[in-house]
Amino acid sequence: MQPITLHSFDGGIHPQENKHQSTQSPIAQLPVPAQVIVPVGQHIGAPADVVVAVGDSVLKGQIIAKPKGFVSAAVHAPTSGKVTAIEQRELPHSSGLEGTCVVIDTDGKDQWLEEIANGDQAIADYLEADNDILNNRIRDCGITGMGGASFPTSVKMAVKGKKIDTLIINAAECEPYITADDMLMRERGLDAIRGIQIMMKLTQADNCLIGIEDNKPEAIKAMEDALHKMHGEHHITVVTIPTKYPSGGEKQLIKILTGKEVPSGGIPAAIGIVCQNIGTCEAVYRAVAEGKPLISRITTITGDSIEQPQNVDVLIGTPVKHLLEFAGFKQEKSLFQKLLGGKSKAESKSRIIMGGPMMGFTLSSDELPIIKSSNCILAPSQKELPANDIASACIRCGLCTEACPADLLPQQLYWFSKAGELDKAEQHNIADCIECGACSYVCPSEIPLVQYYRHAKGAIKEERASQQKSDRSKIRFEARQDRLDREAAEKEAKRKARAATAEKAQAAKKAAALAQQKEAAEEAAKNGDAPVAEAIKPEPVDLEKLQKQLDAAQAGLKKSMDKVAEIKAAAENSDAPIENLEVFEKAVANRRDKVKLLAVQITEAKKLAPPVVKVASREDIEKKLRAQQDRIDKTQQRFQLAQEQGLDTLPALQKGLDKQMQKLKELEAELAQFDKAGV
Amino acid sequence: MSSNSSFTNITSPHAHGGNTTSRIMLLVILATVPGIIALTYFFGWGNLINIVLASITALTCEALILKIRKRPILFSLKDNSALLTAVLLGIALPPFVPWWVTVVAVSFAMVFAKHLYGGLGNNPFNPAMVGYALVLISFPVQMTTTWALPFFLAPDTLIPGQGIIPAQVMSFTDTLGVIFSNTNSLANGFTDAFTGATPLDTYKHLAKNETSIEILQGPLFADASLGGSASNWFAGGWEFVNIAFLIGGLALLALRLFTWHIPFSVLAALGTCSMLFGWDADLYVPWSLHIFTGATMLCAFFIATDPVTASTTPLGKIIYGAGIGILIFVIRTWGAYPDAVAFAVLLMNFAAPLIDTYTQPRTYGHEKAKRGLVTKPDTNSNKEG
Repeated sequence: MQPITLHSFDGGIHPQENKHQSTQSPIAQLPVPAQVIVPVGQHIGAPADVVVAVGDSVLKGQIIAKPKGFVSAAVHAPTSGKVTAIEQRELPHSSGLEGTCVVIDTDGKDQWLEEIANGDQAIADYLEADNDILNNRIRDCGITGMGGASFPTSVKMAVKGKKIDTLIINAAECEPYITADDMLMRERGLDAIRGIQIMMKLTQADNCLIGIEDNKPEAIKAMEDALHKMHGEHHITVVTIPTKYPSGGEKQLIKILTGKEVPSGGIPAAIGIVCQNIGTCEAVYRAVAEGKPLISRITTITGDSIEQPQNVDVLIGTPVKHLLEFAGFKQEKSLFQKLLGGKSKAESKSRIIMGGPMMGFTLSSDELPIIKSSNCILAPSQKELPANDIASACIRCGLCTEACPADLLPQQLYWFSKAGELDKAEQHNIADCIECGACSYVCPSEIPLVQYYRHAKGAIKEERASQQKSDRSKIRFEARQDRLDREAAEKEAKRKARAATAEKAQAAKKAAALAQQKEAAEEAAKNGDAPVAEAIKPEPVDLEKLQKQLDAAQAGLKKSMDKVAEIKAAAENSDAPIENLEVFEKAVANRRDKVKLLAVQITEAKKLAPPVVKVASREDIEKKLRAQQDRIDKTQQRFQLAQEQGLDTLPALQKGLDKQMQKLKELEAELAQFDKAGV
Repeated sequence: MSSNSSFTNITSPHAHGGNTTSRIMLLVILATVPGIIALTYFFGWGNLINIVLASITALTCEALILKIRKRPILFSLKDNSALLTAVLLGIALPPFVPWWVTVVAVSFAMVFAKHLYGGLGNNPFNPAMVGYALVLISFPVQMTTTWALPFFLAPDTLIPGQGIIPAQVMSFTDTLGVIFSNTNSLANGFTDAFTGATPLDTYKHLAKNETSIEILQGPLFADASLGGSASNWFAGGWEFVNIAFLIGGLALLALRLFTWHIPFSVLAALGTCSMLFGWDADLYVPWSLHIFTGATMLCAFFIATDPVTASTTPLGKIIYGAGIGILIFVIRTWGAYPDAVAFAVLLMNFAAPLIDTYTQPRTYGHEKAKRGLVTKPDTNSNKEG
């Protein structure tokens, strides 16, 4: 019966199986619900793209979302009806996050898509068909792993480049309460075997091992009977393994059946193994041989709160409420509520667990739908699965280490997670924890160990992400700093270059000015004028600017003088304080000095400036003549006045007058010369 | 049924095996019962009285310190860990030791060795052994001269009118008197008939002058109740006590309360050392005495296996146990103390964390074990606070 040797993994626990409750009756067909809610992201990989719109009528098996990318799966309408909404709804997932869901109001007719109904999509000789065709069929039918992880099957079957020795079929169903695979094997074993054949063809595996726990004798018999019905060589072996939780974990099952270990962080294909759930095999057969997409699955509904625990064939997207109503749900009421009777506003203590008692997650409401990976709905009573008491201190008993199927040290991981020593937790391989819950099952202090590990894993991931982010930020920051430095350096270089050229230009200008001055000096020496004795100013002074400054200073001086006069007048009229007077007189003195300074600067600048050989026009000379004449007249008037008043300024005035007369004569001579030169 | 959104949300796993800390501690206490019965039968009521006294002291001390620490008292008391420490101390301390020695040992163990480190699970040193070591060093006279002799070595009493009453242990009331009021103390010579040195001590001293055969003819080793020479290799009474503790320990092993690693390695190491050295029984204590006298079995199954202070990895447990065994032999042979269990255990408690760091097992999917200190650079691991 079993030519292979069984290995074993360290650890494991033996919880109460509680499977007998739900295997008393055959698989029931659940009636079509009034509404189905189909999430488009039920699988590992990118959520599928919706291809229908609100208001569309859809038929059973019609595609409503196409796969997006390589690791993705299609989603189909589970029954006929009308799409009434495509919106974000809470997903049946432990996170409680929302995702896009297609909501279909069913019409009760449950009408198949025509191509599927008349068998157009079916592949008759699937064992001779091309592998690519088969795989595309599997992909188009949206087949994903039905054991819980929902990995797109077509991706797993596309084993390019890797040699697969063994196809392992996981029919262990090690978790208590769940009997979906058990019933599937009993009632649809032959279809499952045919599906296995298709998978063997796709993976080109040498042989296939079906691992079934020994608590399912009927299923084992059913599978072996089915194998006998197969003709020809099939290389499929049914292997009975001892009942132990978690033998159904992929890594553990592989070790039991082959003795090999999946490398940490790697996939079984790395050691030549592909592992699939038995439910997926049946779905693959249905997709290939009948052309039917994955739109329903077998789900166990069980627990002490369920009146009739059983297995049901349920459409994907069926709300859990529908399931609970079908099987009869007894709401858990506290004693107080029971005494009160009737409806009570107090919070229900019931739990609805999607999955098994070890790895299933609670649902926040019964409106959430069944999805492709929902193998069980467990509604326990408080007595059946009591919530943990308050955790007491860890006594380091090591029972968790003995129970761990991954050979970890859960105790150390607990201490490290609690203390936040994430690097030590990583070194103790917390990433290899499969979160099976065996450790917390045996913990005598009732410590919620798995929760600590989940938290630590999340914290490590977060830390790594923030570390990467800060590394990237650092790189960007340093690049920016480099860029700024570079730009500053360039600016500096440009400025230096400009300064250098400017200096050169200045030097050239200076040289030119110097040369011109020399010329002017030579000219002056030739003409007999006194040479310019002023020191040459180093910079060419802007004549206009100086002039402006002079004007401004003169205006300021006038203002100050007016102010002083004002104050003096005010002081005479009233007894106003005269302190301000000093300040203003000081200001007047300062401004006067400034005006003088500017005047001197201007004259010097004028001297330095090359003599403007202005070609004077006749009108200019005449103008000058007239101006000079006016001046002389004025001076003569003052002279007369002084003579009459007998002022001391008489001799000075006389001198001034003489000079002005001389100037007049020069101008007249200039005019005469001008006329002589002729224009 | 209207839609109901008020379901309880808890994360997995939802199932628990039902094992509790208090149950484990209680089982360990129950497993000491055969040993206690043997002790009482052979050595009198002293141990039992000490156990009761120690238990009361332990629970009181723990309640007081929990109140000071503002922790829930009943929640911690009902995990039976204080009770277990008290029972172990009551067994380990000499039967006639004065009451205040017991009280000091127990209260020190509870307050200093356990709660000042943070309570259950946080202590690096075995509290019972800390208490024992404290009183052994502080009150050496009381700790070395109050050991009891087995009952068959007590004198036959002649009661006029009733004839000769064969040897028996000291009466209950008399024992109470010795322990509490110290009236019938050593000074009176009353207890002389009942107390004596331990067999290990005796053998060690006698071995300086006598051969093994001569020693073993001595009253301590001649087991009159069994008769025959075969029993001479064991010390009267003590071997039954140790066998009783062995039975209790094996029962705990069968219940899978701890793994075989520590008891096996303690006994194996001790046995190997004593056989290597003790092949010459004239010079060294023979292995039979090492294994079946004193607190060896108590240590191997009840003290060394204290999970809080022992090593946690399988390979580490073997090293830890072997270390204890070797140290027991060394201290017994060349040390000044009659029994070495306390010191051996405490010394290995020091080493347990280091042993753990270097004996990590290989995880599934890895090629070899990642042993030693963390090699990756620190990634803000202390930011959590």
